[in-house]
Amino acid sequence: MELYTVIKKEELNSITKKLVIYAPDIAAKAQAGQFLIIKVHEKSERIPLTFSDWDKKNGTITIIFQEVGFSSIELGKLKTGEKIRNLAGPLGNPSEIHNYGTAVIACGGLGTAVAYPVAKALKEAGNKVITLIGARNKDLFILEKEIEAVSTQVIYSTDDGSKGQKGFVSDLLKDLIINKKEQINITFVIGPPIMMMVTSEVTRPFNIKTIASLNPIMVDGMGMCGACRVTIDGQIKFACVDGPEFDAHKVDFKELIQRLKCYVKEEKQATHKGGHCQCHSHQ
Amino acid sequence: MSQSSISKEKQVQNRFKAVDIPKQEPKDRIKNFKEVVLGYTEEQAIAEASRCLNCSNAQCVKGCPVEVDIPEFIKCITQKNYEAAIAKIKEKNSLPAICGRVCPQEEQCQKLCILGKKGEPVSIGRLERYAADVEQEKGLKIPKTAASNGKKVAVIGAGPAGLTVAADLAKLGYCVEIFEALHTEGGVLVYGIPEFRLPKSIVKAEVDYIGKLGVKLTPDALIGRLFTIDELFQNGFKAVFIGTGAGLPKFMNIPGENLNGVYSANEFLIRVNLMKAYLFPEYKTPLGIGKKVAVIGGGNVALDAARSAIRLNADKVYLVYRRGKDEMPAREEEILNAEEEGIEFKLLTAPTKIIGDEQGNVKAMGYVTMELSEPDPSGRRKPIPIKGSETTMDIDTVIIAIGRTPNPIIQSATKGLETVAGGIIVIDKKTGKTSLDAVYAGGDIATGEATVISAMESGKIAAKSIHEYLNQK
Repeated sequence: MELYTVIKKEELNSITKKLVIYAPDIAAKAQAGQFLIIKVHEKSERIPLTFSDWDKKNGTITIIFQEVGFSSIELGKLKTGEKIRNLAGPLGNPSEIHNYGTAVIACGGLGTAVAYPVAKALKEAGNKVITLIGARNKDLFILEKEIEAVSTQVIYSTDDGSKGQKGFVSDLLKDLIINKKEQINITFVIGPPIMMMVTSEVTRPFNIKTIASLNPIMVDGMGMCGACRVTIDGQIKFACVDGPEFDAHKVDFKELIQRLKCYVKEEKQATHKGGHCQCHSHQ
Repeated sequence: MSQSSISKEKQVQNRFKAVDIPKQEPKDRIKNFKEVVLGYTEEQAIAEASRCLNCSNAQCVKGCPVEVDIPEFIKCITQKNYEAAIAKIKEKNSLPAICGRVCPQEEQCQKLCILGKKGEPVSIGRLERYAADVEQEKGLKIPKTAASNGKKVAVIGAGPAGLTVAADLAKLGYCVEIFEALHTEGGVLVYGIPEFRLPKSIVKAEVDYIGKLGVKLTPDALIGRLFTIDELFQNGFKAVFIGTGAGLPKFMNIPGENLNGVYSANEFLIRVNLMKAYLFPEYKTPLGIGKKVAVIGGGNVALDAARSAIRLNADKVYLVYRRGKDEMPAREEEILNAEEEGIEFKLLTAPTKIIGDEQGNVKAMGYVTMELSEPDPSGRRKPIPIKGSETTMDIDTVIIAIGRTPNPIIQSATKGLETVAGGIIVIDKKTGKTSLDAVYAGGDIATGEATVISAMESGKIAAKSIHEYLNQK
C-alpha cells in the first residue's frame, strides 16, 4: 500500500472526524504526547495534529480532528483510499511517563483524542488513572469506551448537565481535590488553552505537578520558524522542539491565546475565497 | 582591416569594464516575485568571457572554495562550447545554476581576478550562471557514474551540503539516500532564499539532477525522531553525513517580541518561499503583513526579508541595523538592489522594545541611536547607544533577522556526538569527521552560519573522507 493512504474514515460526531492512515515507520516510533505535521495537498498549509492512536503491527496511525478551519476541512474531505501528500512525524518530545502513583487527566473537547494515548501509557506504567472529561453537551463526547478502558475511573461534566455533572472540567478537578480528598501526584491538562489555563489554576494552590500540552501555530514543526514560541517562566521556548508539554504553572496562557488569533482574518479569506480545492476530484 | 581584428580591438578597449547584466527595472520588479537578474544573452556572455586573460597561474581558482577551473570553463564559453564549459564546472561543483546566482563571488574568485586590480574583475558568477542556464534549457546531461559498489550512505538534510555529498558519492558508485525533514528538497535554497533571487524551478532542476545520479530522496523524514543515527547503521548504512543547517531563530530578548505581527525571518521566509504565501489564497498558508515593516538585521537574510516585504505590498519597509552600512555582512549587490527597490536603511539603530495595541498586535517600536566606537584590537567597531536618543517609530510588522542557533534534535538523540557553542557539531575540519565513527557533518550545523558555497565545500571534504573511509573497509 502507498504511504499515507487513508485506510479508514469515521465521523465521531457532527464536528469530529477520525482518520486511520497507513504510515508504518511513523507508527513504529510514535509515543504519547507527540504530534505530526500534515500537508494534505500540494498547495496546503502544514498543520500540526497530535496522535490519537497508532498500531505498530498494522503500520497505521490515527488522527482525530474537528473541521474548524480551512485545512482541517480540507483534511476532512479526504476519502478512504485517498492519500495525504505529506506527513512528518513523530515530532516533539513524548510525554514523561512514569509510575507517579495517582495521575489525573483533565481534558475537554477534542483534547480527549490527545489524552487517550497519555492515559493508556500512564495506565500501562502502573498509575491509578482518573480521567476527567468535559464537553458542551452529551453528544460531543468522543472515545468514551476507549478512554474508559485505559482509566481507573472516568468522570464526565457538561455545560448543560446532559451528561455527568453540570459545569466544567475544572469543577470536577476541584471536587476531586477538595471534597473527595484524592491524593494526586500529577495532573495532565489537555484541551483548549482557556480550559488549560483555568484548570491548571485549580492545582496551583495544592502544589500538584501539572503538565499542559500546548497547541500553538506551527509551520515546520521542527525547530526552524519560531512561530510556536511560547513563554515559559519568562523565557521563550519553542513548543515543537522544547515541548509540546510544559509545566502548566509556568505557561503564559494569555499570550498563547492571543498568538492563536494571529490569522483569524486570513483563515476566513482562505475558507471563503479559495475554499474549494481544485486540484482533486473531490468537492 | 579584417572584421576579427576590429572586434579584437573593441574587446581590448573594454577589457577593464564588465558587461552589464540585464535586470528587471525596480518599479516593475517590486510588483512581482520573478527573478530580478535576467541573465546574459549569448552575445553578452561571449563578450564578458572574452575579457578573461586566461592566466596560467589563475588567482581566481584559489579564491573558489571548491576550486572550479575557472579560466578553462570561461575559455569554453568564448568558443561557444557550452557543453564543455558546464562539464568543466561540474567536475568540481554539482550546483552551478545555484552558485552562479547566490555565491558571494566578489569575496571569492572575483576578488582575486587580476583585471580587478586596474578595473572590474571578470563576472565569473554571471558566466557560471550562463553556462548552467544553457544546460538547464537543453535538459541536464547525466554524467557517467561508477558501477554501484553496493555501499549505503545516509545523508541527513537536502540542503547545499547534503546535495553535494550525495552527488559526489553517487558518482563514485555509492548507494546514497537523502533524508529531508521538510516536504521538499533544497534546504535553505527553497525555504530561505526568495524566488526573485533564486527561482525554485532552478533548485528543482538541480535536485532532479542529483536524483538522476541515482540518489534516493526521502522527504518528510526528521532524523532523530523518525530514525536515530544508530538505527540508520542498523539498517545497513555504512556512513552518515549530517547537514541539517542553521536552525532555531534568535530573538532580541526585548519586550514585545511575542506580539502578533512579529516574525522571525525564518518564519516569514518559510511562509513566503517554501509555502508560497505570496500566492495566498491559491496556496493556503497565510501571512499577515502590515503596511509599515521593520526588518532587524544587516545580513543577506534581512535583505531577503525586506525585499520580500516590499513585494507583498508594504507601503514602507525599513531595514534596521545597529552598525553602519560598511559593517553590513550582506552582499553589496543585494544592498544595491534593496536600495533601488526603495527599502529605507535605518542604520546605527537598535530596537529596545516592541509596543502592541489592546489586541496584542504590533503598533510601534522603540529604538536608540548608536555610534561606533574606535576600532578594538581586532579592528571591529562596536556600536554603543547614544544617551537620551530613545524614541519610537510607527510600525505594524517586525521581522527579526539576527541569526540562528543550531537545531538540537539530532544532537540530543545521538549519544557521543560532540558539540560546542550551543549545539554546533564538532568536526575535524580536514575530514569533516565528527566524534563518532563513520559519522560526518558539514554546512551550517558544523561551521555556524555561513554561505551556500562553504556548505558545499564542507560537503566535498566529507564526501572525499567518506570515500576514503569506506574504501578501506
